[in-house]
Amino acid sequence: MALAANIFRLDRLTRAHFGSMFAASATAAADAPVAMPQERSLRQPVEAGPPIIEVSRLRKTYGSTVAVEDVSFAVTEGEIFGILGPNGAGKTTTVECLSGLRARDGGTISILGLDPQHDRAAIRECVGVQLQEGSLRPVLRVGELVDLFASFYAQPADTDQLLDLLGLTAKRRAFYRSLSGGQKQRLSVALALVGNPKIAILDELTTGLDPQARRETWGLIESVRDRGVTIILVTHFMDEAERLCDRVALIDAGRVLAMDTPVRLAEREGGGNHMRFQPSGPFDDRLLTALSEVNDLEHQGSRVVVSGSGDLLNAVMHALATVDVEAKDVQLESATLEDAFVRLTRRPTRRLEGGDGR
Amino acid sequence: MSTSTATLTTRPPRRALGKLIGLEFKVALRAPVGLVLGVAVPVMLLAIFGESGAFEKKIATTSITYRTEFVPILIGLVLVLIALVALPIPVVNQRESAYLRRLSTTPVAPRWLLAAQLAVDLVLAVVAMVLIVAGDVLLFGVHAPGQWAGFILAALLATLALFALGLVIAAIAPSAAAAGVMGTILLYPLLFFAGMWTPRATMSPLLHHISNLTPLGAAVQAMLNAMQGTFPTIGSLGVMAAWVLLCGFAAVKLFRWE
Repeated sequence: MALAANIFRLDRLTRAHFGSMFAASATAAADAPVAMPQERSLRQPVEAGPPIIEVSRLRKTYGSTVAVEDVSFAVTEGEIFGILGPNGAGKTTTVECLSGLRARDGGTISILGLDPQHDRAAIRECVGVQLQEGSLRPVLRVGELVDLFASFYAQPADTDQLLDLLGLTAKRRAFYRSLSGGQKQRLSVALALVGNPKIAILDELTTGLDPQARRETWGLIESVRDRGVTIILVTHFMDEAERLCDRVALIDAGRVLAMDTPVRLAEREGGGNHMRFQPSGPFDDRLLTALSEVNDLEHQGSRVVVSGSGDLLNAVMHALATVDVEAKDVQLESATLEDAFVRLTRRPTRRLEGGDGR
Repeated sequence: MSTSTATLTTRPPRRALGKLIGLEFKVALRAPVGLVLGVAVPVMLLAIFGESGAFEKKIATTSITYRTEFVPILIGLVLVLIALVALPIPVVNQRESAYLRRLSTTPVAPRWLLAAQLAVDLVLAVVAMVLIVAGDVLLFGVHAPGQWAGFILAALLATLALFALGLVIAAIAPSAAAAGVMGTILLYPLLFFAGMWTPRATMSPLLHHISNLTPLGAAVQAMLNAMQGTFPTIGSLGVMAAWVLLCGFAAVKLFRWE
């Protein structure tokens, strides 16, 4: 993963768990020019209540290609449920079966008690969809598109309010073709919501957006959920899932590999913590590898990366102190959803650690 | 958010079709391919031909002047330009850009959009045909069709045949560019057999026979008959009807929404 992401994580970690104790060593990180992310709210995962969406043993094939092998999950009303997975994992096919765009080959789907295959008209009325790709009519204006789509639904949302919510009021008279990528994406979200849906399915919401636009879109999704809409979010961005999702299902090769809250998934499947530092002088690797907290040690140029679990930081600092070596530019990285993702999907990695051979 | 339940209204509101058609008219003005190609160009040709004295001459041994013969030929030009060029390209564009797919996630099926676009193109074609007939009759002294019913029936069948052919292009073209090429390639033989460059009366027997079997060859023959006061033959009407059925069936069979 990118260095910036490490720094970013250390920053979060430092603030969350180490407080001022570690702040001095982490100044480099704190000064990093990464916008301060809003700490994930401490809301409780929504798990109570009956499911609004139930998918059981979903299967979909295209000819001899199996797109979805066996996918089951349930989503509770008001949840933001993430569907994660590498490209070609079957994420989009799964949500296409949910929205009634495709007919499944096996399993059952229940949305608000309806079957997307048999109650297509009702599903279209109450499920808003944002497609992964595609564009709207270039020669129509924003206001025209929103009014047009509003006319499709029996009980549409107030379009003025909706444009306001999405920050598009000033663009009402702009042609679709003249919008920026972020504006197009926001309009696409607006059209997914214009029918006052109970459920919104958003596929690759922020792909192709710049970091600023991504953050704006995230805030928007949270405010949509706050209006009572249940959201299914398809993404391959781990930071997006960590920030937004109450729970995520990790899908690969058409199967659900794991399903939990992002935090628990990272803890359970992410493979421990990593500490990276610049030693002030040479030392014997065995000094650290002998520690019970350390699983692995790797040299990267003049830097050292130690992987392990438990109170890794204190154990390493303490051991180094016994041989009068100082650890400079310490960066600490806790297991993230991305770690869990990479481990579970076993793709070639960009990781810096050697791993524990799993 | 309102608490509408899923089982309530499931029929799309009627105002949706009105909105779709209204917007397609706006699009027809903003991106005026059909308006310029299908209406302005033929009407401009009408004016040029109208000023040309050469069009008073009779074709070969017939009693028909070039000016009269060019009433149905210009109608054929209107139809190929609107139905084969202006119509398919936007449809293919909307399939390529997944706009049709986007619509199929709403209560309104994408065929409503197609219907709205066909309606607008149809209006353009009718306007152009009316301008051509009216211009020729009122300004350039062509006799009004003696058989109005036959003339309108022939024009209607020709319109349906060409629109169905345009929909076949829209159905099978893999890209908007390909649709443009296909329309342009079909345009020349269709207009040739309509007599655009060689009046049908001067064609060799073989070419004349082929012309009788093409939609525009049959259309020109049928409309000329009607202009001279005789009802179009079953043969020429039948050829057009066959094209309508053949292309209509192919378009329905082959059309892909995504």
